[in-house]
Amino acid sequence: MASKFTVSNRTGWLMAGPAVLLIAGFVILPFFLAIGFSFTNQRLVSPNPTEFTGLANYRQLLGVTTLTLDPVRDEAGAVVMKDGEPEYPSLRSLTRNNPDRPDLAGMREWFSFSTGGDSRTYVLARDVVFMKAIVNTFIFVLVVAPVQAGLALGLALLINQRLRGINVFRAIYFMPVVVSIVVVSLLWRLIYDGQSGLLNNLLGTISFGLIPPVDWLGNPSTALGSIIAMSIWQAVGFHMVIWLSGLQTISPTLYEAAAIEGASKWQVFRYITWPGLRNTAVLILIVITMQAFGLFAQIDVMTNGGPLDSTQTIVFQAIERGYGKQDISGGSAISVILFVIVLSISLIQRWLTREKS
Amino acid sequence: MARISLKDVKKCYGNAHVIKGVDIEVEDGEFCVFVGPSGCGKSTLLRMIAGLEDITSGQMTIGDKVVNELPPAERGVAMVFQSYAIFPHMTVRENVAFGLTIAGASKAEKDAKVAEAARILQMEHLLDRRPSQLSGGQRQRVAIGRAIVRKPQVFLFDEPLSNLDAALRMDMRMEIGKLHNQLGATMIYVTHDQVEAMTLADKIVVLKDGKVMQIGAPMELYHNPANLFVAGFLGAPSMNFIDVTVQAVNGTKALVSNAALDPVEVSAARGPFTVGEKAILGLRPQYLSVAEGAGRLHGAVALTERLGAETVVEVTLKDGKPLIAALSQDRVFPLGAAGDLDFDPATAHLFRPEV
Repeated sequence: MASKFTVSNRTGWLMAGPAVLLIAGFVILPFFLAIGFSFTNQRLVSPNPTEFTGLANYRQLLGVTTLTLDPVRDEAGAVVMKDGEPEYPSLRSLTRNNPDRPDLAGMREWFSFSTGGDSRTYVLARDVVFMKAIVNTFIFVLVVAPVQAGLALGLALLINQRLRGINVFRAIYFMPVVVSIVVVSLLWRLIYDGQSGLLNNLLGTISFGLIPPVDWLGNPSTALGSIIAMSIWQAVGFHMVIWLSGLQTISPTLYEAAAIEGASKWQVFRYITWPGLRNTAVLILIVITMQAFGLFAQIDVMTNGGPLDSTQTIVFQAIERGYGKQDISGGSAISVILFVIVLSISLIQRWLTREKS
Repeated sequence: MARISLKDVKKCYGNAHVIKGVDIEVEDGEFCVFVGPSGCGKSTLLRMIAGLEDITSGQMTIGDKVVNELPPAERGVAMVFQSYAIFPHMTVRENVAFGLTIAGASKAEKDAKVAEAARILQMEHLLDRRPSQLSGGQRQRVAIGRAIVRKPQVFLFDEPLSNLDAALRMDMRMEIGKLHNQLGATMIYVTHDQVEAMTLADKIVVLKDGKVMQIGAPMELYHNPANLFVAGFLGAPSMNFIDVTVQAVNGTKALVSNAALDPVEVSAARGPFTVGEKAILGLRPQYLSVAEGAGRLHGAVALTERLGAETVVEVTLKDGKPLIAALSQDRVFPLGAAGDLDFDPATAHLFRPEV
């Protein structure tokens, strides 16, 4: 359709030009390049020519298998016990240079479990770190999305009132959003410090020394939780503002009508506020989910994926691999996997929250 | 019993006095209309009765209870809003049943009461629709349905018809009138439309700038307005006001005249008037007639509007002031023709000039 708008409006195109070029160069082109690279063995710098390797990168990243092993038995057929646990054959004997099991070559144990009886099931992954990154990312998303959305809604309801000085509170809650996430992460590294961090001092003081200092970021069981807490705090103000805008689209007369009908505060929320926030809720859920999947800066500044890979995430892995290890094709494959995950989740969320009529 | 009584009720927002001391009594089962120009405080007054605005001073009772401090839900009132205030995500049925849902009524009770309200308002076929699928008039019915389903003692209407087009407005006006007869509840109705006020009300309260100008039955206000404002506000076309000079005062009568008006003796009930003083003579356009021969008012025809059953004539009086006459029947007047108008002195109102 060669309309006047698309053909003869040269000034318009000239004005849009810089933005179009930049978006094309830094968003659209890399997107397709990443998809292309993910099927090759491209490296960041390499003297060797690039080869097409098909799905090898994806197989390497996502290869998972299970293996059930029977315990080692002595000549009498009794289970050999070691430290009070049955002893199992060494996994290395199967995954390293074992001509009988070429399919297991190079795989490592991710975790194992026992389903009753003596045998034990091992879950092996070709890339255990990436698996941990996926699990950590999902934990992060599953905790952050509801908690951050809920807290933000709570704050929005609190500040959606006509009170003196309410704007001061709005500003305070919004402040962390304005500060760069890198700065926030650096500050929180000090707060979480294992020796004399603010958090440890605070807990020590209010418990009269009963709570011992915890190395929040150095302990595998607290590191991810600490990053989750800090991330929720940092962006809650942003989502509060979105909720607030949603709240303010609800006609005040509806609240007056409800007041005359005698609705309690909870009933007002249940029958008027919440249904009125439907579209806002969908938006916030999708935005938080997408942002949470992109978790990177906090990890990069605070833990570098550690300790013991307990804070590895998908994006951190993509960058670590693409630039740290110069394996740009592996990093691209991770990006594509992330893209597929986020896209599917967004589509599912949209389908679940669709307007039912 | 739902008698409503307001005693010296005032409302201030900071230094702005919106309601400046209002005394109103509304009897049980009465249809009372608050009317006045925009900004006169009529909606604020209604919202104060509903409990949506608090009362700065004075006393308000509904039934036998002082309700100054009571929340809206405990006042036994239902309100219909100008913007309908229908909940957009609920069906008509859910909207109408809202008050019952809030009160935790059983499904059977809700169904029965909603069905009854729908029957009264003739909207059974709308119950499963959503508000977005309704026309303005239908939405208004839903809003009224939500009000009547709880059988409140008092209904409050805040300009309920002002968002409807003219034809629908007339239909709904009649429906509200019928509804009042059917339910026998006390109703307070706010409007800026004097036709609604005249047709619906048992009692009209005319408000201006937060003060009551006059309270009374529609015909009392029409035939015996207490002041210039009420006289000018009620009736369409509105009353003509002519500046006159008092020539003589004779007990309850005063003789007045001006350049275009021959001396005429009219009631001086709104006095006192003194000889030589300026006064204002109010003449309703409907009570003017074309004089056969010489009339009391002298002028020339400036404009005629023929409406079929009625002819509205603008006459420019000898002193240059315009005068409107609404004559029954269709009549033709040549523009500029000399026209003498006449009236029955008993229908004229003499006012002291407002300073």
